[in-house]
Amino acid sequence: MWKTVIGLEIHAQLLTSTKLFCSCPANYGDSPNSNVCPVCFGLPGALPVLNGEAVRQALRAALLLNCRINRTSSFDRKNYFYPDLSKGYQITQFFHPYAENGYMEIEVGGTRRIGITRIHIEEDAGKSFHDEERGETLVDFNRCGTPLIEIVSEPDLETPEEAAEYLRRLRELLVYAGVNDGNLEEGSLRCDANISLHREGEPLGTRVEIKNLNSYRFLQRALRYEQERQAELLERGEEVGRETRLFDVKSNRTMVMRTKEQLLDYRYFPEPDLGILRIEEEEIRLAGSTLPETPALKRERYVREYHLSADDAKILVSSPSQAAFYEETVKLGAPPVKAAHWLLTELLQHASGSDPFLTPPLTPKAFADLLVSLEKGRITAPMAKDILPEMIEKGLSATELIAKKGIALVDSPEAVKAMVKGVLEGLRPEVERYRAGETKLLGFLIGEVMKSCKGAAQPKTVNQTVREFLEGKEE
Amino acid sequence: MTLLCSLNAREIVSGLRKGLFSPQELFHSLRERTASLDGEIGAFLSRNKELAPLAEGPLKGVPVAMKDNILAHGMPLTCASKILENYVAPYDATVVARLKQNGGWVPGKTNMDEFAMGSSTENSALGVTRNPWDLSRVPGGSSGGSAAAVASFQTPLALGSDTGGSVRQPATFCGLYGFKPTYGRISRYGLVAFASSLDQIGLFGRNPEDISLLFENIAGYDPLDSTSLREPLRPDRDETPKNLPALAYLALPDEGVDPEIREAYPRFLKVFQEMGYPLEEVRVSHWEYALYVYYVIASSEASSNLARFDGIRYGFRSPAPSVDALYDETRTKGFGPEVRRRILLGTFSLGAGQYDEYYGKAFQVRNLIAAELRDLFSKYPFLLLPSTPDTAFTLGSKSHDPVKMYYSDFFTIPLSLAGYPALSLPFCLSGQGLPIGFQIAAPYLNDERMLRLASRYEGIVGGEETLKKRFNLGDEAFTAPPESVHNKDNQSEEVFP
Ligand SMILES: [Zn+2]
Repeated sequence: MWKTVIGLEIHAQLLTSTKLFCSCPANYGDSPNSNVCPVCFGLPGALPVLNGEAVRQALRAALLLNCRINRTSSFDRKNYFYPDLSKGYQITQFFHPYAENGYMEIEVGGTRRIGITRIHIEEDAGKSFHDEERGETLVDFNRCGTPLIEIVSEPDLETPEEAAEYLRRLRELLVYAGVNDGNLEEGSLRCDANISLHREGEPLGTRVEIKNLNSYRFLQRALRYEQERQAELLERGEEVGRETRLFDVKSNRTMVMRTKEQLLDYRYFPEPDLGILRIEEEEIRLAGSTLPETPALKRERYVREYHLSADDAKILVSSPSQAAFYEETVKLGAPPVKAAHWLLTELLQHASGSDPFLTPPLTPKAFADLLVSLEKGRITAPMAKDILPEMIEKGLSATELIAKKGIALVDSPEAVKAMVKGVLEGLRPEVERYRAGETKLLGFLIGEVMKSCKGAAQPKTVNQTVREFLEGKEE
Repeated sequence: MTLLCSLNAREIVSGLRKGLFSPQELFHSLRERTASLDGEIGAFLSRNKELAPLAEGPLKGVPVAMKDNILAHGMPLTCASKILENYVAPYDATVVARLKQNGGWVPGKTNMDEFAMGSSTENSALGVTRNPWDLSRVPGGSSGGSAAAVASFQTPLALGSDTGGSVRQPATFCGLYGFKPTYGRISRYGLVAFASSLDQIGLFGRNPEDISLLFENIAGYDPLDSTSLREPLRPDRDETPKNLPALAYLALPDEGVDPEIREAYPRFLKVFQEMGYPLEEVRVSHWEYALYVYYVIASSEASSNLARFDGIRYGFRSPAPSVDALYDETRTKGFGPEVRRRILLGTFSLGAGQYDEYYGKAFQVRNLIAAELRDLFSKYPFLLLPSTPDTAFTLGSKSHDPVKMYYSDFFTIPLSLAGYPALSLPFCLSGQGLPIGFQIAAPYLNDERMLRLASRYEGIVGGEETLKKRFNLGDEAFTAPPESVHNKDNQSEEVFP
């Protein structure tokens, strides 16, 4: 049996207002080459100046990943030619990264601790656009110089599922802290994987690097394909080549991008234009003080304090804006379990976009108001479901809507009795059949009563009153 | 009016203040001077066609020529290379911005060795510069154009860049003061990088006071240069510490120093003795390795710094069928042979297989040299030493032999490797009438103190007077037409005054 060893290298763009070494806005969606200056465009004579905001963001990420912060670190140049690399080198931290020796926990069957080897700060490159028809390449340098961190894991992951879970949890953590926007499709979070196979007790196999895996699904599919490909080679007694490969989504296979012979010599050397990066104890403390509750702690707390199921907690916490909306709702008096249930089943139906709670469909106050009315029995669940779309559409509160629509709750026992009686008398044949022993008709009869009052009575009361009626107590 | 060109910077400032002449008159006088001389000398690559309005400030009216690797907004920036032949600077270097803010102006951009790589200005792809003292000789390099412009009275001051001696060596070849400040004292923002850990903007002047005036107004911390020092300038700093400590002077190597320089050295030292300083001879055991260390480190950094000249975003581009071919052709045709040689040398030194043996080793030896100099400067307030191993050589005599050329920087490089401030000073003339100069170096941030000492030295030696005499701009020559610079007089060696 082959044992799989996987390590991930994740590039995360830091959310900062300006680029890593100049004061250009870090908005690369703007019109091409509009956010450039002598520094990031690589003009002669320009020099880099490190952005303190980027360092603070990088520090927060490192603290979340339980890393040791190096009090001094430094920058190096990685030299290679590519049209979207304006200076002909990328400024990175090769010899002395700012953070090392961290870990993150993932849940796959049980809790597993995945080591973080190192995190370093570096700058992003621009983007090339190839126009095949005209045989031209255009380059947009807006992204050039955007701050990144590269998070290198230990080869602690054993299955494609674990790798995907690691990526998922890491993304969640970074998004939580506001360090990264978590956008895998657009490349603000990018994942490369290293994978090798070996037999238990034998030395590690030759590792293959797979580049640009921009979804959890592609990551798993690429790793599964590699597992099979490498196992086949090894079974046949062949060697796995030390290569860099790309995952082809269409064919579902990985393809060679560079062989060992083509691996580039980046000629790393210390960046002479920047001094030593010194991080003081105080800066670490300050960065730590701005960290949010981690998703793991949040999930734990939801189960403990709010008595949610582990699954509900996990889904709620998967988006920081969603969790924040939920907590606010609870804080405003909504019962926690009901709030979770209603948020995940009802409210999400009316939400859209990849992160719907960034601009929530209604305010936590309105949502809490609805749930409190429900809890206090002022309205019934069907009524609540009925008015929710209108609350969202018109921005009205539940109380306002109830008043405006004149929805009256049939809540006195006499009124319910009268209503039940009225409905069931119109259903004589069914009532007779029930009384003759066809008890499965109970549901139908209750349903008819509920339908007739449009849900304006408490189901529990209706249920009980119908039973009493059928058992003849009312006649 | 042509004689306005003989004024030094301080005379210009006070003359303008007194209303003796206008900035326009000075501007035209210098233009005429250039028109009449520079066809032969070739100091400038481009000239400013008109005088922009001047700001008020301590440098009001002072022209400062710029080596053509310093960006001055709207003026050409070529680095004397084909790859930037038609490039126009889109912004001001910090030094240029500060010069303008303080009332100064840029008369033009001066010739240099391509990308500052060379010691004779012969590596310029855009023109020849000749030594104003003897047109058959080189002005030195790489800032040869700036040196020639100041020596031939086309500008009172000029900036150059000194990576291993590129200001101090041409200053000596042209009979000037050439100052390389402490590394980090003058912002490098807007200086095209050759070797970032060594590059420092340097100043040429005909006397130390002019240099001090300019230095005080362009130096100091710049947030745009992360290697610039935060320490404030100390123009009031006195010349020497109390009770005249001993000065160090470097023992001469047994070989490789021109006999006339060897012979003049004790007389140079005597000037300081007569000022009252005891002298002590010192040796720096790793001095001779500095040259090798320098060529590995400077070339390594250059190979990376020059990568941005790729034909993609600006500058020369040689069209080609693929991106790789475009890089190859652009860089092969755009760079001259010496630049290509250093890029190859640096690329090799940084390669994964060679890094430890070359760049890594050079880095270690650099630290050894720095430690030895730190020890020296903890004991002595100044170090006296030669500036160049020989006087200005004839054009073409060394250009076929790069290693011989590299040796020109033997006395200047170690100070650059460790970042110490150093100043070359004119001393006397050789039997052939060529300037001989020496060098002072000082501990970190002792720039101002060193310039004060140089002022006293100039009071004794009178380098500025010698220049005026040489170019018939002395007081007695005020009405005579400028002498042809072709005239090589057989002036015997003399110590000024
Ligand atoms: Zn920029």
